Amino acid sequence: MRSSEADPLKRWSSLRRFLAQPWVLGLIGVATVVLIWLLTTASGAVDKLFLPSPQAVWHAGQSQWQSGVLLKDAVASIQRVFIGFALSAGLALPVGIAMGTNPTICRLLEPLMALIRYMPAPAFIPLLIIYFGLEELPKILLIFIGTFFFNTLMIMDAVKFVPSELVETALTLGGRGLPILTRVVAPFIAPQVLDTYRINMASAWNLVIVAELVAATEGLGKRISLAQRFLRTDDIFVGLIVIGLVGLTIDLGFRFLMRKACAWAN
Amino acid sequence: MHLNVASVCKSFGYGPKAKQVLDSVSFDLHSGQFMALVGSSGSGKSTVMRLIAGLERPSSGEIRLDGQRIRGPGADRGMVFQKYSLYPWLTAAQNVAFGMRLQGRPKAEVRERTAYFLEVVGLVDSARLLPRELSGGMQQRVAIARSLAAEPKVLLLDEPFGALDLQIRESMQEFLHRLWLQTGLTALLITHDLEEALLLAQEVHIMAPRPGRIVRSVRADLDRSSLAHLRVSQPFLALREELASCLRGLDSNLTA
Ligand SMILES: Nc1ncnc2c1ncn2[C@@H]1O[C@H](COP(=O)(O)OP(=O)(O)OP(=O)(O)O)[C@@H](O)[C@H]1O
Ligand SMILES: [Mg+2]
Repeated sequence: MRSSEADPLKRWSSLRRFLAQPWVLGLIGVATVVLIWLLTTASGAVDKLFLPSPQAVWHAGQSQWQSGVLLKDAVASIQRVFIGFALSAGLALPVGIAMGTNPTICRLLEPLMALIRYMPAPAFIPLLIIYFGLEELPKILLIFIGTFFFNTLMIMDAVKFVPSELVETALTLGGRGLPILTRVVAPFIAPQVLDTYRINMASAWNLVIVAELVAATEGLGKRISLAQRFLRTDDIFVGLIVIGLVGLTIDLGFRFLMRKACAWAN
Repeated sequence: MHLNVASVCKSFGYGPKAKQVLDSVSFDLHSGQFMALVGSSGSGKSTVMRLIAGLERPSSGEIRLDGQRIRGPGADRGMVFQKYSLYPWLTAAQNVAFGMRLQGRPKAEVRERTAYFLEVVGLVDSARLLPRELSGGMQQRVAIARSLAAEPKVLLLDEPFGALDLQIRESMQEFLHRLWLQTGLTALLITHDLEEALLLAQEVHIMAPRPGRIVRSVRADLDRSSLAHLRVSQPFLALREELASCLRGLDSNLTA
């Protein structure tokens, strides 16, 4: 009697422990969607042209990979994102710190930035094309415009939240301007800065695709818009999935960096 | 070492919104002395301390350290805050070393002095722990060690035990007293707690609010060979009662 009662209980608790693993439920979620996708296409209820089967998408991906376009497109997009975002992140750091530490600079720039921040970056595309043509520069600038103001304002906020005790303690220990910046402010805001970059990287990734949809010779976004012209929904799916995977990888990279570099903050 | 606070007034804000926080505060602090400022909340105790630290400027009057007028913060006046002042990304030992590294002292000296001051505050075993892994009392001991390691001429303590519970407070008072005997430091302690002030300081100033001013100064030359005995000794209790009624008098003036 006892054992028959204890057994399912034990099994139930080990199941619970299994589900508590951080990635298990997430994988179940993804698998469920893929399964539904598989069943829907297998049942033939939906036209293949609208919803290609997972197998068809896999094959499309394989052939894109073998011909080399997939890698070329991915590299082109990733390169744009990295250059544009590196410029944005690199400039936002000093400007954000300056705004966070100096009230005059803050009052001067904050209204301007708050205003531009609400102008949707894709709306700048026509201007950028007029000014800079169809080369790399307008795409990189688009990413810059779309992330710089968010990066700056979020870094400014992080700086403003540095507890005054930490700065004042350093002052009474003989600290002065620059050393306080590098030894107190910088380490304190590092976790928030990394998180800011992680979050805004997502919009950089969105913007590069938008830019490529409008005008590009290569890139993941370009591939999608070409595929649309030829009704190649399987290629569109490949593009979407690759974009998602690359974005997720970058996100995980930032999280990893944060765990390594800012262990004290967890 | 001689710290001279002379007729210091301090107002915050300008024009009609100006608020006078300190009115003509004066006192002297000499080498090896332990002095306490006691007063109700808002009587300007922290403001006095921030003025001495150089974190604020007096509106009038002046503060001199060894004859030199104070112009800003410096390593000759160490400060310990009530809380949140350890660097959360540095270990206890790195926190203690922080000031010395800011001052650019040689590495070997920093290492040696860090070890010495961790020993002084009894935290050798916790050297590698992060602040969040330390109890409140341990954190404050690290903060005190960090200040002392930078060799200030005077140590400014702004309610250093205010956030600790009673038992830890008492052991921290013992600790601070021993530290004072051992290192001969010069200290200015701010506290709400009259008993704490009388236990530790030979000179106690009582402050009244609105505007903040010193209303009473007493010398407390008591036998401090054992704080436990001192707490219940007759002269201590008598002095405490006298000053407590002085503080109560200030309160009733306010409510009246
Ligand atoms: N930067 C400031 N601007 C305006 N008013 C201030 C400022 N700093 C302090 N005050 C005011 O000065 C008065 C005294 O403050 P202070 O912090 O010195 O008091 P305190 O005796 O330390 O009080 P507590 O025991 O609560 O710490 C308070 O009324 C406070 O509001
Ligand atoms: Mg105070």
